[in-house]
Amino acid sequence: MRSVHALAAAALLLLPAYDVASAGEPKQGGILRMYHRDSPGSASIHEGATYSINVPFMPIFNNLVMFKQDVAQNSVDSIVPDLAESWAWSSDNKKLTFKLRQGVKWHDGKPFTSADVKCTFDMLMGKSQQKFRQNPRKSWYDQVNEVTVNGDYEASFELKRPQPALLSLLASGYTPVYPCHVSPADMRTKPTGTGPFKFVEFKANESIKLTKNSDYWKKGLPHLDGIEFTIIPNRSTAILGFVSGKFDMTFPTEVSIPLLKEVKAQAPNAVCVVEPINVSTNIIVNSSSPPFDNLDIRRALALALDRKAFIQIMFEGQADIGGTMLPAPGGLWAMPKEMLESIPGYGPDINANREEARKLMQKAGYGPDKRLAVKVATRNIPIYRDPAVILIDQMKNIYIDGELDVVDTAQWFPKVARKDYSLGLNLTGNAVDDPDQSFYENYSCGSERNYTNYCNKEIEKLFDQQSAETDKEKRKKLVWEIDKKLQEDVARPIIFHGRTGTCWNPYVKGITVMVNSSYNGYRYEDVWMDK
Amino acid sequence: MFAYIVRRLALMLVTLIGISIIIFVLLRVVPGNIVDILFDAAGFVDPTDKANLEKELGLNLPIYQQYLNWIGGLLHGDLGYSYVSEKPALQEILPRIPITARLAALALLFSASIGIPLGVLSAVHQGSKLDYTLRVVSLSGLSLPSFWLGLLILMASVSLFGTMPIYNPNPKTWTEAFAIYAVPAMAVGFRSAALTMRITRSSMLEILRQDYIRTARAKGASETSVNYRHALKNAILPVITVIGIEAAFLIGGLIVTETVFNIPGVARFLVEALRWRDYPIVQNLVMLIAVVVVVANFTVDMLYAAIDPRIRYGD
Repeated sequence: MRSVHALAAAALLLLPAYDVASAGEPKQGGILRMYHRDSPGSASIHEGATYSINVPFMPIFNNLVMFKQDVAQNSVDSIVPDLAESWAWSSDNKKLTFKLRQGVKWHDGKPFTSADVKCTFDMLMGKSQQKFRQNPRKSWYDQVNEVTVNGDYEASFELKRPQPALLSLLASGYTPVYPCHVSPADMRTKPTGTGPFKFVEFKANESIKLTKNSDYWKKGLPHLDGIEFTIIPNRSTAILGFVSGKFDMTFPTEVSIPLLKEVKAQAPNAVCVVEPINVSTNIIVNSSSPPFDNLDIRRALALALDRKAFIQIMFEGQADIGGTMLPAPGGLWAMPKEMLESIPGYGPDINANREEARKLMQKAGYGPDKRLAVKVATRNIPIYRDPAVILIDQMKNIYIDGELDVVDTAQWFPKVARKDYSLGLNLTGNAVDDPDQSFYENYSCGSERNYTNYCNKEIEKLFDQQSAETDKEKRKKLVWEIDKKLQEDVARPIIFHGRTGTCWNPYVKGITVMVNSSYNGYRYEDVWMDK
Repeated sequence: MFAYIVRRLALMLVTLIGISIIIFVLLRVVPGNIVDILFDAAGFVDPTDKANLEKELGLNLPIYQQYLNWIGGLLHGDLGYSYVSEKPALQEILPRIPITARLAALALLFSASIGIPLGVLSAVHQGSKLDYTLRVVSLSGLSLPSFWLGLLILMASVSLFGTMPIYNPNPKTWTEAFAIYAVPAMAVGFRSAALTMRITRSSMLEILRQDYIRTARAKGASETSVNYRHALKNAILPVITVIGIEAAFLIGGLIVTETVFNIPGVARFLVEALRWRDYPIVQNLVMLIAVVVVVANFTVDMLYAAIDPRIRYGD
């Protein structure tokens, strides 16, 4: 019976968040109008670290491989060929070879070849003459020794050691292939790709326009004539725009749960889905300076959390509790429930947890008459500020008096990167639901994004071990072990994994909202409008 | 008069130089520049890449050198390049000026055309129901924040007409073209209309008690002539001062209104540029606003002399 349930759950996950098959034969034409939540800093996906860039510019490009766009859950099994017709691992799993598609042209008419693949990844690895202005995902390719080509239509990634996750990283919306003959500067302002839509214009703070690539190598696609994004940073105006019919679709995964209720009230016909976005809200604790260099205090902090209260207040119950990896059913690598609940602070009895936390605080020299005063630093935007306020309230139960220290957005990341905080509340997004991306980036000794200074050489060995493990089930078990250890060490206590909404009008067909990443599902070549 | 104008122009120049220094220094006192923002937000900071970008943008130069480069460029009509869009700053700023200018002009027009007549009416009918009603309206105009009013208008518009007057670069009808400017102009102009009305009212009340008004009435002049030809003409000076000051303050209201109505004007662009620490855009935009304010003040002073024959600027 259990296996039947598991099968049913698996089948559900493989279904798109919105059923495309029931939508009928796709119609050609129409401009998809969408609002954009802010003005992206540039049009170059490789130089960005926000999905504000992926959403409008991913339709311009192709990857070597990509996550199938109508499957909601990104996994190795949902990776399909894109510019590569096929791929193969060498017997020692240290070489990944792609056979490339022939006859593909860049939007300016030049042919796509393996040289473009080499150029792109050499630039990402910092090995080429041309440089990106910034290269936020350089570490994704730490295990790649070299990218080699064999003729115009074959490219290989030669690795230092096996890394099965590489294929998933290459399938991300963050990994398009760039043309060799266009400079990084031009890619920031007028990008050229091979994808289903061509770049028309990007007016900062105003609009982004894409038009159909009539010469697209996938015959019959795209269905739309174009996509237009109107940049509306004010959320209320944007939602009113959708409700009044000015837009066919909201910005993906940007509608909060309270706003979703308003949308449904004012536009009852709108199709809305709420999905996890693989962004965790977590506590960053500076363990290199007092008082949080004391493990007892860090543990007390983790024990004080009432995660359900956070979720109830902020998401009306629609969010998930988990460790570092995104919880199931959206996440692929989540610990089983029993294992999660065995971690201190995750047990259902909040009062018992807090009683234990108070004992730890007393052991560290604090109590009702000697409370610990700390500043809780966070970014000055509601999705950061709101949980920080709840956190301060919950910490009062264990003799900690928190004071909210809101930091301007521009200063937030520099401040945490300098470790100029004692306790903070942060959000961590994952582009790919894979432990390699999450573990190395956030918990590896010396990583720029390891804001908490957490460094455990034993765990680092396990990071490498899981990364090189080619047996999926064995790797999963290792990942669970690591994730459990990270939570027990209070490396970066995870409070919850949020969910957000996306809405579109019923005549928009072929939209699939990914359930374990908000970075990978914006190719829009299958999207069409029934009107 | 000529000497006065020359003196004022010289003073304007000194003021603008002072403002340019203040803008320049203040921008650099604010922690973080665009390189910090770009790199730290993205993580994985490579110090060499960061230093290269700082060098490329000229941010490694001493501050006085950066200032001289900017002013030197400005004098040659070169406003520099936007750090974010990498386009010439002039190319980024110019298309936005007419949008904001149209909005600001409409807001001021709304403020004057509503505020002055209603202020006169309120003063002439002092103590009447009409006076009390208008005073309540003016008080609410001063109390309601323009962003709130803007959102209220949008919500009402969606609810009543199923559409909303947010910016559209290619309006289909003239009514739409009018609405996309007129409605936000009303939202932002409501506050200054209320202020104009209150100033007009109090100024009119003072004038209406003067002896020469009584004399005009005694001579048999009609009420319209007394109110508009004799009283308003003399009461208008403080109103012009207020409108001049409001023109300067309007930019603050426009930031919010442009955001709510999604108008791609100068004010919203300034905030966005500040968020990115896009120095060339911020510096040049603030200078532009400073020039507008200084010129508006100068124009108001000149208008005094044109309107009131008693005022003469001596040499």
